[in-house]
Amino acid sequence: MSEKKDYNYNSPSKFTDEMKTIPPVRRLTELEKAQMTPLQAMTASFGLPRMIITGFLLLLLVTAPFVGVDLPTQITNIINRFSWNAVLVLAMVPMIHAGCGLNFGLPLAIICGLLGGTLSIQLGFTGAMSFVMAVLIATPFAVLLGGGYGLLLNRIKGGEMMIATYVGFSVMSFFCMMWLLLPYSSPTMVYGLSGNGLRPTISLDGFYNQTLARLLEIDFAKIAATLHIGLGPLERIKIPTGSLIAFALLAFLMWAFLHTKTGTAMTAVGSNAAFARAAGINVDRTRMLSVIMSTWLGAMGVLMYQQGFGFIQLYNAPNNLTMPTVAAILIGGASVNKASIPNVIIGTILYQGIVTMTPTVMNSAIHMDMSEVIRIIVSNGMILYALTRKTEGVK
Amino acid sequence: MSKKTNLPAGKRALGLVRNNAVSIMFIVICAVFIPMAGFSPSYLLNEIVTRMGRNLFLVLCLLFPIMAGMGLNFAMTLGAMGAEIAVILVADWQIWGIPGMVLAMILSIPFSIFLGFICGTIQNMAKGREMITSYMINFFINGWYQMIVLYIMGSIIPIIHSSIMLPRGYGIRNTVSLLNMRQCLDDLLAIRVAGVKIPVVTFILVALFCLFIVWFRRTKLGQDMRAVGQDMEVAKAAGIDVDRTRIISVVMSTVFAGFGMVIYLQNIGNLPTYTGHAQIGMFCIAALLVGGASVERASIGNAFLGVILFHLMFIVAPGAGAFITGDSMVGEYFRVFLSYGVIAIALIMYEAKKRMVKSRTGRELAEAQTLSEKEAAQ
Amino acid sequence: MRNNVNPLLQMQNIKKDFFGNQVLTDINFTLGEGEVLGLCGENGAGKSTLMKILFGMDVIRETGGYGGDILIDGQKVEFSTPFDALEAGIGMVHQEFSLIPGFSATENILLNREPCKKNIVSEVFGERLNTLDYKEMDRRSEAAIKKMGVAIDANMVISDMPVGHKQFTEIARELSKDQLKLLILDEPTAVLTEKEAEALLDSIRGMASRGISVIFITHRLHEILAVCDKVVVMRDGFVVRDVPATETSVEDITKWMVGRDVQSATVGEARDNSGAKTILSIQNLWVDMPGETVRDVSLDVREGEILGIGGLAGQGKLGIPNGVMGLYEAGGKVVFHGVEIPLNNPRKCLDASLAFVSEDRRDVGLLLDESLEWNVAFPAMQIQEKFLKKLFGGLIKWRDEKGIHQVTQKYIDELQIKCTSSKQKAKELSGGNQQKVCLAKAFALEPKFLFVSEPTRGIDVGAKALVLEALKQFNRGSGVTVVMISSELEELRQTCDRIAIVSGGRVAGILPAAASSEEFGLLMVSQVI
Repeated sequence: MSEKKDYNYNSPSKFTDEMKTIPPVRRLTELEKAQMTPLQAMTASFGLPRMIITGFLLLLLVTAPFVGVDLPTQITNIINRFSWNAVLVLAMVPMIHAGCGLNFGLPLAIICGLLGGTLSIQLGFTGAMSFVMAVLIATPFAVLLGGGYGLLLNRIKGGEMMIATYVGFSVMSFFCMMWLLLPYSSPTMVYGLSGNGLRPTISLDGFYNQTLARLLEIDFAKIAATLHIGLGPLERIKIPTGSLIAFALLAFLMWAFLHTKTGTAMTAVGSNAAFARAAGINVDRTRMLSVIMSTWLGAMGVLMYQQGFGFIQLYNAPNNLTMPTVAAILIGGASVNKASIPNVIIGTILYQGIVTMTPTVMNSAIHMDMSEVIRIIVSNGMILYALTRKTEGVK
Repeated sequence: MSKKTNLPAGKRALGLVRNNAVSIMFIVICAVFIPMAGFSPSYLLNEIVTRMGRNLFLVLCLLFPIMAGMGLNFAMTLGAMGAEIAVILVADWQIWGIPGMVLAMILSIPFSIFLGFICGTIQNMAKGREMITSYMINFFINGWYQMIVLYIMGSIIPIIHSSIMLPRGYGIRNTVSLLNMRQCLDDLLAIRVAGVKIPVVTFILVALFCLFIVWFRRTKLGQDMRAVGQDMEVAKAAGIDVDRTRIISVVMSTVFAGFGMVIYLQNIGNLPTYTGHAQIGMFCIAALLVGGASVERASIGNAFLGVILFHLMFIVAPGAGAFITGDSMVGEYFRVFLSYGVIAIALIMYEAKKRMVKSRTGRELAEAQTLSEKEAAQ
Repeated sequence: MRNNVNPLLQMQNIKKDFFGNQVLTDINFTLGEGEVLGLCGENGAGKSTLMKILFGMDVIRETGGYGGDILIDGQKVEFSTPFDALEAGIGMVHQEFSLIPGFSATENILLNREPCKKNIVSEVFGERLNTLDYKEMDRRSEAAIKKMGVAIDANMVISDMPVGHKQFTEIARELSKDQLKLLILDEPTAVLTEKEAEALLDSIRGMASRGISVIFITHRLHEILAVCDKVVVMRDGFVVRDVPATETSVEDITKWMVGRDVQSATVGEARDNSGAKTILSIQNLWVDMPGETVRDVSLDVREGEILGIGGLAGQGKLGIPNGVMGLYEAGGKVVFHGVEIPLNNPRKCLDASLAFVSEDRRDVGLLLDESLEWNVAFPAMQIQEKFLKKLFGGLIKWRDEKGIHQVTQKYIDELQIKCTSSKQKAKELSGGNQQKVCLAKAFALEPKFLFVSEPTRGIDVGAKALVLEALKQFNRGSGVTVVMISSELEELRQTCDRIAIVSGGRVAGILPAAASSEEFGLLMVSQVI
């Protein structure tokens, strides 16, 4: 005999019949919408924290010239940092779409990228080839580890985010040991004295440093020099075209995927898993695919980051990328179960904009560098905000 | 429904092993590592006793939110931050020794209540996701803590002694020396038994706290907390103010975590201003889980066993790592790996258990049908 | 001092509507001190709503309150929360258990009313730090259990108790309240064994003799006759009969419960398909659907007919389609067109051209956050690869937005779905229009066989007629076999050819739609658990 208690939650009992006619989520009626001032309406659709962050960035941009900050350099910086981080942020999209929540397990994906990068160097590849090999080597790791991770997440539906966090940590600390124990021998990577164990920071000069960024790079200074004209402050702008194209390509593939049959199924699973199941979708398999995609994109993301940044960072470094990445996509307008490509682009620009602009502008303006603190408050505050939002439709 | 006592002994033993898998795993790890590390027993005992005095109070703070069904309180760090601010102020006023400690504890109370209240309120807004929320609150408040300590102290909040201030004229140094407070509590009436220093007063405080917890469970508020923890809807229907009770449990946890942090700091003897609290929450939670606690159930016994096992592992891991691999760093990473791993496993078991109950009824129905078919056939 | 002239409870002209949907009309009855009143009626007759009004439940106030007066001891009362009702001496045992699983019976009986002792700490920090007085708690719970007259172990933890004892714990909790004058029992015997039910009836008699009035809601009509002083029968939000229990019988009550006059009921143009071959055969099906458990159902559906499945709530009628379609764990055998369909796999059913419109629109039926287009086209796209453009020789299956738009528009027109556009989000539609979207979703699959579960639940009259008509059309026009599950017998009789009644998780019988209301009524209560 089943307990009566169950009525409450998942059965269409007669007790809840009448209540069902009441819409559980109060919706804004047209009338209420009309009564709102434009500002209120904008806040309602955009979210207050997002407005504040956008406003803050605009303020920084406007004040920059007045406090003696060089705007073109800053814009170059923002574009650069965008190109480093955008793919990582993109990696959040598949898991959010499939209802697996924010991927706090990003360190796992990053480890795959690190394995790709370090093994490629270890195997003796240099220059652009080392990047290609890093991508190729990282891929099977991402599929394998991502698959295992997906299997795990399917067994603990509902508790994904907390567990992802700690699985990420566990894998990261496990690999801390591995970086010491694995038989790496390339002299550019291991500790000089003992000859074994990887260094915490490995320079990528001669390997894939700036490989993509230099591809078709638009350097206004060079243009000015060849054309023999002065472009003024514009000369300080450089655009890492190759990196941007790489991101655009991946973003396009993601967009295209979401328009295919499988992509549609993935969105449906995230929107309402019970619906998808009733429509014959294998929910577990779809979620698994999303986790593998997220992990692979994360691995690609960290390789992109490394080629822009110029260094491979090992040991506890993967952890430092998680919160900024999660915060970026949320700032871009995503919620715990909805995300789009524009969210990725806007979020990365806003977040990286603030990260780049605050130190310089604040330093020049009040000679107090509070940027790190502001970054912490903004990014974690944004994540908190998203967590406290009630997600409609799904529980 | 079957009675538990009817189970055969073998099955019961298996259940015992399964329910305490993490503790048993740690006992095995410690048993293997201790000979490898090659420490003398008296050294180990001394270390364990010291660490018990240092950490037990903090670990016990976690019991309140678990009682109220809010899971592992990753935001106990808030109490530690409140205590750190209090300790910095007390250190600046040069009030040392026991009076300094007492003052720091008293000062930490308003900070802890304030932070605990914020934390509880936010967690109420995110019911069902309390843990990840408390985890994020921890980072969020850490940002504000840094803002206060790094920018406001010395510029807005007056700091008298430049010895604890950064050379630039505001903000607190990376380490604040608490030399004059160091182990003042531990040394008070301390006794030595066979070379092991026992911090009697610290243990008395821990014992008092345990008594308080036992007593608290028997109060109306404790009863309400347990009710809320098991079923919020029922508790609400019975007229218990669920949200308020949950907030109180977090506030209590935070306030006691503040006291615990002061005890912890006096034992360490200096305050790492920006990193002191960072790992506290994680290590306390790992210790509690190692002691056999789960996300929804934890006892004082779990806290004691957990602190002993976890810190034993912590002490011997680097030595054992060096023994195995010749590199002590491996051991360092191994213990971090175990701490994270334990929390991950506990969380996975908690979520997996929730889903296991479901399939049981199905089997019962199928059995009932075959039974009735047999009866019909006879 | 109580004025004995007035009866304990008077209900005067109680009215209630949910958003214009009248669910209670002019309810009048009185209940004297120490009287037991049996309240019966079909699901949706308004019993639960009436009790919620009496008990001051939040949902009533949130949906605009009620009309009419409730008088207790001749005084007009208006409860804004259940706590006010408790204060006034009304206790209620709900259908759902309201117990803390890890607490003992005693702790549950005195939940939030524990006797406490003051101490030094509580003097300073307030009452909540009073310590519990365990001796007094034991004494009070013992007294309450004694008052109830059924022995349960006061120290046993709820999660270890058999279901019946949980129920008794709840009753003891109400009895432990000193001010209790009126106790409402909402289907208390549903989870009890035969013996326990007997004990409960004794206990009710005992309460009545102590002067406590009882309102007893149940589907087991003989229990009502065994224990009640009077019987109130409700139907469609009206009180249809209010008679002393001695002057009535199970047959009478059944008739009043289900019976509109047989002549006036518009039985639809039911057909006799007895010659048609069996298209779907269900054999020994069990389904673990919480609250709608199916125990042992065998049922044959004939090709081309509309088969209705009726029965009281909680008896398992909803479990049948959910089990066959793989949404809840099930066992047994399902044969469609001579081929066995594996259970617990929704995909296999859909591949075999079965379709299902779930009773749970919000959680299962719709993608609330997505557009109507997605909702309508999604299953057809996934199962039958419709609305997809194959690129690169079928390597990539691209969503055909145009095709999706066209099919959605077609059903919007056909079913008269009221919406701003086919791009509108499903959550923004009204209940009736949402239901039409669910139908469109199933129609788009072009199935050979359709399960429709509670198609008219929570939708207004106009939409109701349209939905039923669309179903008939679909059956007649496309030759699709339809199985329709509904709590409303009238609606089944209008639409279906044959009607199977489910009771106690089994098929109690199958009747032609033209059979009389009494026959259906008797089947409904025949094996009630």
